[in-house]
Amino acid sequence: MSVHVKQDKPATDNRLDTMRQGVIGKPVSRIEGLAKVTGTAPYAAEYPVEGCVEGVLVTATITRGTIVRIDAESALAMPGVIAVIDDERLTTRPAQGTANEAPQQKPRTICYWGQPIALVVAESFEQARDAARHLVVEYKPDEAAPVEADPSIAEEQEDETVREGNLDKAMSDAAFAVDVTYTTKGHASAAMEPHAAIAQWDGERLTVHASLQMLNYNITELSDALDLPEDRIRLISRYVGGGFGSKLGISEEAVAASIAAMQLERPVRVVMSRQQVFQSIMRRSETTQRLRLACDADGRLTGFGHEALVSNLPGEEFAEPVLQSSHFLYPGEHRELVLKLARIHRMTAGSVRAPGEAVGMPTLEAAMDVLAERAGIDPVELRLRNIPDKDPEQGLPFSSHKLAECLRQGAEAFGWDSAPRRPRLRREGEWWIGTGMASAARVHNVAEARARVTLKADGTALVETDMTDIGTGTYTIVAQIAGEMLGLRPDQVLVDLGDSNHPRGPGSGGSWGAPSIGSAVYVACMAIREALADTLGIDETALVLADAKAGNGTPLTELLGGKDLVREGHYEPGKITDDYLASGFGAFFAEVRVNHYTGETRVNRMLGAFGFGRVLNAKTARSQCLGGITWSIGMALTEALEFDPRDGHLVNRDLAEYHVPVHRDVPDLDVVLVEERDAAASIIQAKGIGELGMCGGAAAIANAIYNACGARVFDYPMTPDRVLAAMPD
Amino acid sequence: MPDELIVNGTPHPLPQDPRVTLLDFLRHDLGLTGTKKGCDHGQCGACTVIVNGLRINSCLTLAAMHEGHQVTTIEGLGIADEPSPLQRAFVEHDGFQCGYCTPGQICSATAMLDEIANGWPSDASETLDGPFEASGAEIRERMSGNLCRCGAYANIVAAIRHVAESEPAA
Repeated sequence: MSVHVKQDKPATDNRLDTMRQGVIGKPVSRIEGLAKVTGTAPYAAEYPVEGCVEGVLVTATITRGTIVRIDAESALAMPGVIAVIDDERLTTRPAQGTANEAPQQKPRTICYWGQPIALVVAESFEQARDAARHLVVEYKPDEAAPVEADPSIAEEQEDETVREGNLDKAMSDAAFAVDVTYTTKGHASAAMEPHAAIAQWDGERLTVHASLQMLNYNITELSDALDLPEDRIRLISRYVGGGFGSKLGISEEAVAASIAAMQLERPVRVVMSRQQVFQSIMRRSETTQRLRLACDADGRLTGFGHEALVSNLPGEEFAEPVLQSSHFLYPGEHRELVLKLARIHRMTAGSVRAPGEAVGMPTLEAAMDVLAERAGIDPVELRLRNIPDKDPEQGLPFSSHKLAECLRQGAEAFGWDSAPRRPRLRREGEWWIGTGMASAARVHNVAEARARVTLKADGTALVETDMTDIGTGTYTIVAQIAGEMLGLRPDQVLVDLGDSNHPRGPGSGGSWGAPSIGSAVYVACMAIREALADTLGIDETALVLADAKAGNGTPLTELLGGKDLVREGHYEPGKITDDYLASGFGAFFAEVRVNHYTGETRVNRMLGAFGFGRVLNAKTARSQCLGGITWSIGMALTEALEFDPRDGHLVNRDLAEYHVPVHRDVPDLDVVLVEERDAAASIIQAKGIGELGMCGGAAAIANAIYNACGARVFDYPMTPDRVLAAMPD
Repeated sequence: MPDELIVNGTPHPLPQDPRVTLLDFLRHDLGLTGTKKGCDHGQCGACTVIVNGLRINSCLTLAAMHEGHQVTTIEGLGIADEPSPLQRAFVEHDGFQCGYCTPGQICSATAMLDEIANGWPSDASETLDGPFEASGAEIRERMSGNLCRCGAYANIVAAIRHVAESEPAA
């Protein structure tokens, strides 16, 4: 039995708070934790499949053009080689998140250096790898292939454009104004598990173990690519070794493995090399951003300008949504926000953790620091004076707004010194020490979701959905929600995720997983509670469930009378998404040291305070925040995709040259979880937290660098050469 | 024991193909998929195993080079019913998220604590002569070959410190 709830109004009843099991929000350890730490949790490439052969992708060595000839014999002649697959259905780009259709196919048309063009299949991985390297491919290159974003031919993204009042005049009339331009380099998700798939074809049905974030969309994308009906496909992603956007859409290895398995009638495994992941999966676009801020003598914003230039391949709709939170974070009646997209021949630009705010917030928040200095106002105070009481562009009420609490609680926990600030007040040996802060904001997303909950006759529960856990903690929070509602310990709830045969959720992406699937589980459990209340002849609101017993002492097993109770919850966000502007908010505080002679920056300590609605699990939520702050450190100091200006090929396509933070880059971090219930965010009063932790954090580090040593750097990452060049004598 | 290597106490014949890395031998030939492939170039540490007591990147060495060697993988450190102290501490301190780098982190930390106990200095050490403590700075330096993209470092260090403090190495 399916129960549908469309949420048109805020859920102010906070029913989860009235339950008695006492597990919701608690710092419960991950229920799949022992499987992960003992190495027994199977990831996509790790299922033992009898007779599985190995495929290795071949990638293009030109930037743009066509393939004239693939000499299959050059590989087939090698030991163990079974086939060279160059089917026209092979996909050449990853699907964008929620695309729900096949990405670009036709592998003989080359659009970027490193594009997959063929698959070599052999009995062993070593044989396939060797043969893939020796496959002879003849190209006909095209001449014109721009690889650098040229602002003069960029397309304005008109949906994003806001022009209100007269910003130029506001700037010239302002008591204080800032007009600064920043650049940010491209980023890679660099999830630790490379993209991988094992495809099995039984002549009728295709089963694919793959590393994917959004099975509900991925099955349609794969179906469209293969021209095979969805009801003949099963996708399984029980464990995903990190996503961060890179596994939102179906990617090239899963399609190639499927085609090969169907053609050869043998199971085929395809695992991308690390280099292939870098060069043929999503990049975050580089950006150029101009910030114009105008304020009155009290620091209140009168003008707000944010213009950004980003890039993508021809044919891709995605434009890094740099301005996403700029539309509502600060007031200023004279506004100008413009996003432009240039078409260039680098690999697909798409979602990398916190698309938009990840690069939009660090520039805005660095500009706010410049404004605070000019106005002579403490940076925390400047932000407190600029919290709008409603969405400054559309006039919508905020569903809930915790920026002020985050700023105050964060400042107190960090020990923020609000005395007048100037650079170079503290030095220890070669090192200048300083502090900085920034606001955090990330739009809240929530989506339609289904989950099936079975309260079993033996008094345990089973939750089934195609939702994924990409390290976010889905397994555990689902067990906590069901446990709280049904009066069970989380270990009495079996959570079965990542199987497209289960009811469909929205998948993991845009931080929408927990509020969406959590709401579906809540709806299913509420229906089970109503059935149990009926059995007892009481109203559901009077039903108390705890420790596998009803309030009157009757064990659940007795209430169930030997039968399973099954309900499917179908949650759909309704008018709440139109009537309110919902966002997570936060504040970052950092202390850094900067070497006077080398320009090297080290983060001494960092703190984030975040408000994101109901905390479903204090341990895993904190970990999400820690992860975000860690990404902030990477973005601020080290992470940069570097492209060859001649052919657009990615130069640093591995983990030795693309510098994600390592242990030694990350100090002790503090997280403050600010109490909040956001009734208009989801039926469980929760918002997402997977991305908020990196939306602005890099600016806290940038501002601390300035406070430490006096170097204002306008380019991320703030590498030693850049800091040194901006360092005063 | 000619032509064999010993994995978690069990001898296995070396692979026929000399190109097979120790990592692929463990994952493909033996089905010990707890050891992860993150980069295949010795850049991420996900494939860390312990060979004759020392931690190495198993992707950077060929199986054929380990005749007679004792290899310990994550599966050999503990099982769900009987996890090692580090495995238990990683769960308690949430020292992972997606879990893919985790076996490498735990194998690396297991051998790393022995290195500290044996008085091996690191770049974070004040002197070249021990004894050294498993301080935050020492752990961070010595674990920097094991990347975690989820950003669980703060919790990983807490988990390792917890074990180092509660069970000082002999």
